[in-house]
This record gives sequence, C-alpha cells and structure tokens, in this order.
Amino acid sequence: MSGALVNPVPVLPSRGCSDLPVLRERGQREVFCGLTGIVWLHRKIQDAFFLVVGSRTCAHLIQSAAGVMIFAEPRFATAVMEERDLAGLADANEELDKAVSRLIERRPDIRMLFLVGSCPSEVIKLDLSRAAGRLSERYSPDVRILNYSGSGIETTFTQGEDNCLAALVPQLPESRAETSQLLVVGALADVVEDQFARLFDAMGIENVRFLPPRRARDLPPVGPSTRYLLAQPFLGETARVLDERGASRIAAPFPLGAEGTTLWLKAAAEAFEIDPMQFRAATAAAEARARRALEPYHAELSGRSIFFFPDSQLEIPLARMLSRELGMQLTEVGTPYLHRHHLAEELALLPENTQLSEGQDVDRQLDRARTARPDISVCGLGLANPLEAEGLTTKWSIELLFTPIQGYEQAGDLAALFARPLDRKTRLRV
Amino acid sequence: MQLTVWTYEGPPHIGAMRVATAMEGVHYVLHAPQGDTYADLLFTMIERRDKRPPVTYTTFEARDLGTDTAALFQRTLKDAYERFRPQAMLVGASCTAELIQDDPAGLAKASNLPVPVIPLELPSYQRKENWGAAETFYQIVRTLAGPQAPTAVTQRRDANRRPVCNILGPTALGFRHRDDVTEIRKLLGEVGIDVAVVAPLGASPADIARLGEADFNVVLYPEIAGVAAKWLKRTFGQDFTTTVPIGHGATRDFVSEVRRIAGLPEEETIDSRPASNLPWFSRSVDSNYLTGKRVFVFGDATHALAAARVATEEFGFTLCGLGTYSREFARDIRAAAEKYGVEPLICDDYLDVEQAIAAAQPELVLGTQMERHIAKRLGVACAVISAPVHVQDYPARYSPQMGFEGANVLWDSWVHPLVMGLEEHLLGMFRDDFEFHDEAQPSHLGAGARIPAEPASASTTSAIPPADASQVRKPASLDGDLISFDWLTEAEAELKKIPFFVRGKARRNTEKFALERGLSEITVETLYDAKAHYSR
Repeated sequence: MSGALVNPVPVLPSRGCSDLPVLRERGQREVFCGLTGIVWLHRKIQDAFFLVVGSRTCAHLIQSAAGVMIFAEPRFATAVMEERDLAGLADANEELDKAVSRLIERRPDIRMLFLVGSCPSEVIKLDLSRAAGRLSERYSPDVRILNYSGSGIETTFTQGEDNCLAALVPQLPESRAETSQLLVVGALADVVEDQFARLFDAMGIENVRFLPPRRARDLPPVGPSTRYLLAQPFLGETARVLDERGASRIAAPFPLGAEGTTLWLKAAAEAFEIDPMQFRAATAAAEARARRALEPYHAELSGRSIFFFPDSQLEIPLARMLSRELGMQLTEVGTPYLHRHHLAEELALLPENTQLSEGQDVDRQLDRARTARPDISVCGLGLANPLEAEGLTTKWSIELLFTPIQGYEQAGDLAALFARPLDRKTRLRV
Repeated sequence: MQLTVWTYEGPPHIGAMRVATAMEGVHYVLHAPQGDTYADLLFTMIERRDKRPPVTYTTFEARDLGTDTAALFQRTLKDAYERFRPQAMLVGASCTAELIQDDPAGLAKASNLPVPVIPLELPSYQRKENWGAAETFYQIVRTLAGPQAPTAVTQRRDANRRPVCNILGPTALGFRHRDDVTEIRKLLGEVGIDVAVVAPLGASPADIARLGEADFNVVLYPEIAGVAAKWLKRTFGQDFTTTVPIGHGATRDFVSEVRRIAGLPEEETIDSRPASNLPWFSRSVDSNYLTGKRVFVFGDATHALAAARVATEEFGFTLCGLGTYSREFARDIRAAAEKYGVEPLICDDYLDVEQAIAAAQPELVLGTQMERHIAKRLGVACAVISAPVHVQDYPARYSPQMGFEGANVLWDSWVHPLVMGLEEHLLGMFRDDFEFHDEAQPSHLGAGARIPAEPASASTTSAIPPADASQVRKPASLDGDLISFDWLTEAEAELKKIPFFVRGKARRNTEKFALERGLSEITVETLYDAKAHYSR
C-alpha cells in the first residue's frame, strides 16, 4: 500500500528512557501550518500587527481558525498575491509597500509589524527580510517591521511562534547587567505569567522578564548574563538565536502539572543558586494545592489509555504529566518534531515502554489508533468528529494552546480538559 | 497584491473539495503543502460531518522541494486509490502547488488507474471558491455523463410516466443546502414531478452518468450548477429552471416554471389559501411597523437577488443597498439595483462593504457572516442570508431558505433582530428610561444589559461596555467627517430624540438639506424643515 512512502526507523533501544525508540513516518500530515500561531500571538503582543504575504488560501486559513472571534479591528490581515504579482507584471516589492502603507494609514496605533511569509511567498522566493529592512527604514522610529516564515512547507503549527520570537531576538536591547538575569521564553496566558512572576519573586529571583512581551516597546534585554528558561517545548530556533546573543539555556522539563512546574522552577532556582529552603518556602503551598486539585482527576483518569496524534510538540510533556501525575497509560505519543536536546529531561521521565512517533502518515496512524482503541485520542479538529463517530472519545488538541495550562494553579484545569470528554460520555443518554 | 482582512470566498480548491465531499464514491487527491489540511475542519467542525472529507493531500514540505514532488504526487495518488477504492478520482493543485507546476493531470494519466480520473485546472490566483465548485462539477458531469450523450437529441418524454428532473447545485458546506433539497424535492413531488438525481450532494459517479435520463434540470444554486446545466442543455437538450425558489412569490413562479418545462397543465385554480404563513404574517397589523424599514442586502448573487425581492415585495421594506461578491453575476445585480433605484455594489473587499453600509444607514442588514461583524460594529440589526457562514448557520433543526417552509423561516429570522413594535414606539416616546434606551439591546434579545441597582445618569447607563461603545459611535464620526456642519446644541439635542435606528438617516438628510441650501449652521428648524422635505 503506502509502503513506498513510509520508512519506519525504530532506533535501537539502549540505556534508559531517554533513548526510547521513535517511529519516524512520512506521508500525509494532518497538521496546521505556522501561520496559525498568529491567532494567539496577535493577542499576546497587543500593539503588533501580522501581515501575511500569501494567497487566498492563507487568508482563508486564518479566518477559519479565528472564525468565531468577532473583531472590531483584527490585528492581522493578508496581502493576497494575484496573477499580476506572479507574472512579474507588477513589482511584488512595490505592491507590498503599497499594502503596508495602506495598512499603516488605517492603523496608526501599530508599533510593530510582522511580515509573515507563507508557502507561495517562499516558493516564489519573495525576499521578505529585505522588504522588512527597507520598510523599517521608511517607518522608523514609529513602526518596527520584522519578518518570519509561517509557511506550511517550513513550519508546523506552534513553530510559527518559534519563528516569530526568533525574529524578535535580534531586536532585543543588549543587556548590560553584571549579574545573571532570568528570561522566560514562550507565550503564556497573562494569568500564568503573573503567577510565575510572583513565584520567582518569592524565590528571590529578581527582574524576571518574559518573551514575548505584552507590548512591542517593552522588549526585554538580552546578553551573556541572560539565563533563559523555555516555557514551551517548540522553541528550537528561538533558543538558537538567544544562544547566539550569548544567553544560556537552563535545562528543565516543562511546567505542566505539579511535578513539572516544580522541576521547572527548581531548575531556575538551582541556576540562580537559590537556597533550597527558600525555594521550598516559595513553592510548597502552591505545589500541595496543585496535587490536591489533581486528586479527583487521578481517580477518574488513572488506568485510562491515551493516544496522541502529532500537533503542537506539547505532546511529550503532556504525556509525561498524564502518565506520572494521573496514572494514564500511554499508547502512542506522536509529535510533529522531536527536539531531543530540549526534551531530554522530559524523555527521561517517560515510562520505559512508551511508543513515540515523529512525523505522520495520517491514514496509517488512524489504523493504529483504531486497533489500539484508546480511551482518549488527542487530535486535531479535522479528525476529532470522525473519530467520535467511530466511537472513540477525543480531546481536540488546539484547545491546549488556547487555555491556561501551565503552572500550579492550572494543573487541575489541565487534568479537567482530559477528564471532560469522558465525563460527558458517561452523562449522555442519547 | 490586495490587502484582505476577511475573504468572502476561499480559494478554488475549497470549491472542488465541497463537490468531492458532497458526493459518494469520489476521491480527491490534492497536491498541496503541509498545513492545507486545515480545510478538513470546515467540513468536520463547521458543517459537523462525521466523516473525514474524501481528500488526500500530498502535504509536501520544504525538504521535498529539492526532490521529486511529482513522484510524491504519483505515490500519493496510487496509495489513495488503493486505500479508498473510489469509483472516480479528482486530481488538482492548491495555490502553492500551482507554482511548482507538477502537472497533476499528466501525472494522473500516466498512473493508468482503472477508474475515471478527472483533472482540475483551478487558477488559484484569479478565481475563487464558487468558481472552483462550478468548474469541478462541470468537469465531473462532462467526464461521467458525456459518454451517455445521444448522437442526436431525441424526443425523451414517455407520456405515460410522471415527468422526471434532476436537482443540481447543492454541495457540502452550502448555506442550508441540506434542507433546501428536502423542501424542493417535496414541492416537486406535490406538483407531480419525480426527482432522478440530486447532484453533487449525495450523488455517486454512477448517478452522474444517468443525469441525461431526466426530462429537465432544476438549478437551485446557479453559482455552482449554472455551467453544468448549460452543458446538459447542449448535450441532452434538457431545459433548466432559472427561478430560484427563495421567498413566497419566487416559489410560486418556480412552480409555474417547472410546470411549463415539464409540460404539465397550468395550475387549474389558484388555491385561495397560500402554502406559506408569510403572506398572512406580513399582512397582519403587527407587521405594519415594518413598512419602509431600510434594509441593506449583500451576499452571493443568488441569495442577494432573492432577498431583495422578498424584502421589498413580501416584507414591505425599502432597499437601501444591494451588492454581491459574486463577480460572475455582476450583471444581474446591476440590473436589479437599477430596478430598485440603488447603487449596485460588486466587490469582495470587506472594508468597502463596511463603508457602503455605514453610508447607507440601514435599519437592517441582510448579509453574510462578515456583515454580522460590520452590523455589530455599527450597532445595526442583522440577519444572515448567504454564505460565508459559521457553525450556528448549520443548525440541527429543519431550516430551509427555499420553498414555502423556507419563506416561513425567512420571516422569523429577518424580523427577529428588529426592535419589536411596542418597544419601538415607547423608545420614540420616552427617551430617558434607565432600562429601555437607545443603546440597550432590544429587550426580547435578552441579556443585553445589566441593570444598575440605582438608575445612574444617562451616560453611565450605557448597556454596552465602554470599549464597545466607542466602536459603536465610530461610524457616526466616520461619515460625519466628510463635511463638518455646525450643529447648534439645541438641534443636536433634538436629533437625539429621534429613535436611534433612523437617527443616522435623519442626520444625513438634514446635512444634505443644509448643503443644498447653503446653510452653514443647523438649527432645530433646519432639522424639521429637512424632515418635512424628505418626509420619510
């Protein structure tokens, strides 16, 4: 059948859980492209605007993904390429300049404009970085114009955020601090960000900054004294450019669940040589509260099996949290891309027999899910209802990006997201 | 490049997917980059289908571009055939694949599959969703029904059987297509006409092959089935209907048209009791206050034209704007706009539509999901009459737009957003009520306002949170910016006494009146002079 397309390459299992065998597959991938990141990023950075340079498909994608939101003034738009742009009848750069000037006239409140590359603009090799430089000169200092790619050929879903933050990094001011400074990287819900800021403060880590900032003008400084902590697992490129600026990463598992949050905070505490007593004092009450919140869900979810289709790269940290803190059985944990270095701490915590898969051939993966018949399948919206119709319970995965799930106070909410579909199934009598 | 905030239509391959997904036994292999599978959720979430669309994507990535993407396409095609065993296949490219020019048509031919393979040429940078659906349906019909074409069109009617027709046009992700088909099938049955094939919705390739057997075609959605119907007329001599049965009058006209085409006698006696509740509801005195309400209509051409007729002839509204995003039907819209004495708006730029609506100052907007956004910003009542629509317009209940039951649905859904009669009168009489006031939602629409414990001053009683309130006022300044008039305080205060849904129009008329007479300031007198002049 589709054997020609697929080369499952089981890596030889060797010592420890960090070297779990990974099933690598190629075929149809049922995933979003990086443009989707705009749907949450435009709300996080409030005075930024995202202009996609692409086709009508790109415009249609963003509006379908953001469809239910009613915008008085949306903070994203698409410059749709037309026949003239492709045939060389119109200078694509001039056309782009026109679109940008029309936009900036309409929205004088914009302080930062991202030109977001798409598949069509990448394929015709429209040089958006040059365009961004040229336009920056024209509109500086009022508007800073940056570019990154959110194309499907280069990015999967959350990698759009990675590329966006990576584009921000060269813009960050040089840090002149003598002592170490902490930078938390990855878009978090405002409420989560505030909780983390309070915890770091209680631990005695001062001047913690977050990337992305809530406003384009509040860019955090970066330099050799910067230690950064990734809050999200999909930030490979951002980490690389932060390293180039001299910053160094604090290795940690991701702050999901009570245990994950403690380990994540602890990694920072150790890097900043915080007294363990002070660390416990700052975190103990919140951690205990998180564990209490998880208890009822442990009763509901323990022993249930779960199958992850690849989507956001959050799958491995989530699987770790669900198996260790809620006792769930992992059948297959799919991820669109596995960054072994950033996920080393996570992989070490996974149960030994976990089946990991990287990439996707969706039809074959569906066959495996149908055979395994897991109690919950975590998948995208294109698969969720069809699987429900086949009698499988699903948890649609994008919600995990749109809900505050990190940190102690959200541990119970995170568990609830997985318990709710099962709860619903037992309630319904129709 | 065109700056686009919202797009009324998707790219043409979405139209092709709508046709493929509507049908049975057809599979579509789409050469497209990773990420274009987002389109699946239009069908699984918005239309709430319980199956994956029959579409396989090649989902190529950047690293594939260095290799043989054509080979990737061929493998995907072969695998999809093996797995799904369809009776016919569609092959095509999305916008990005169009740029790399792998020629799906040639590759599919070379693959030598044992089923018909229909190549689709959909120019993504020129055309859009409905065009894509029409072209796809046309190609399917040509390929699958074509071989059945008689050498010469012969007399087809067997006098002893009931006339038979096809219903053409309904697709997946169509606005109320599911229930329209049910309603029209029932209506045709009552007239004495049988339905052979409904296509594309629910049809298999075998069904398409027997399209030629029917006596004539009923075209419900000209945007999608128009091209195919014309081809069927040329090839099989099948007449097709041109009246779209949306509204009571149009449904009656439709019945006469199918009777004529089917060779049935004229209806003997016009039944004194109409088949729809709309005529009586509209004649009942409760509807008196609907007379002359200003309505702006925008949507696809079919629904916009139908809505214009229903709004004016069956609701007694006044049309103050008519437009469509369907460029293919621009001529029909222009002709209709001339008849109604309004400016036609042929455009797919959301911002231009917003401007036109703000300028027309309607009391009701009949439009798409996007006009709902606009109407919300402008604080105008709105009902949805056309795609694009969101999940709430794929309802569980029976809600056709077509036929006599469709007219009932139109009645309820268009009247609903308007302020009800008594409330409208009271708002005109008493201006300072803390609970029922201009900016509060009509009280039958529920939780608009939280009533403060004690009546506060007028400005703080606003039902809308401050952020929204500023947006609601925006358009007033927007259109007021053109020429600034010196409204005397008293006149301004008097203007505020006019109910809010006609206030914008009153301001406009007064300013126009003042301009024509060269008046530099506007007094209470000017306001009432203008009122008398235009006597709305």
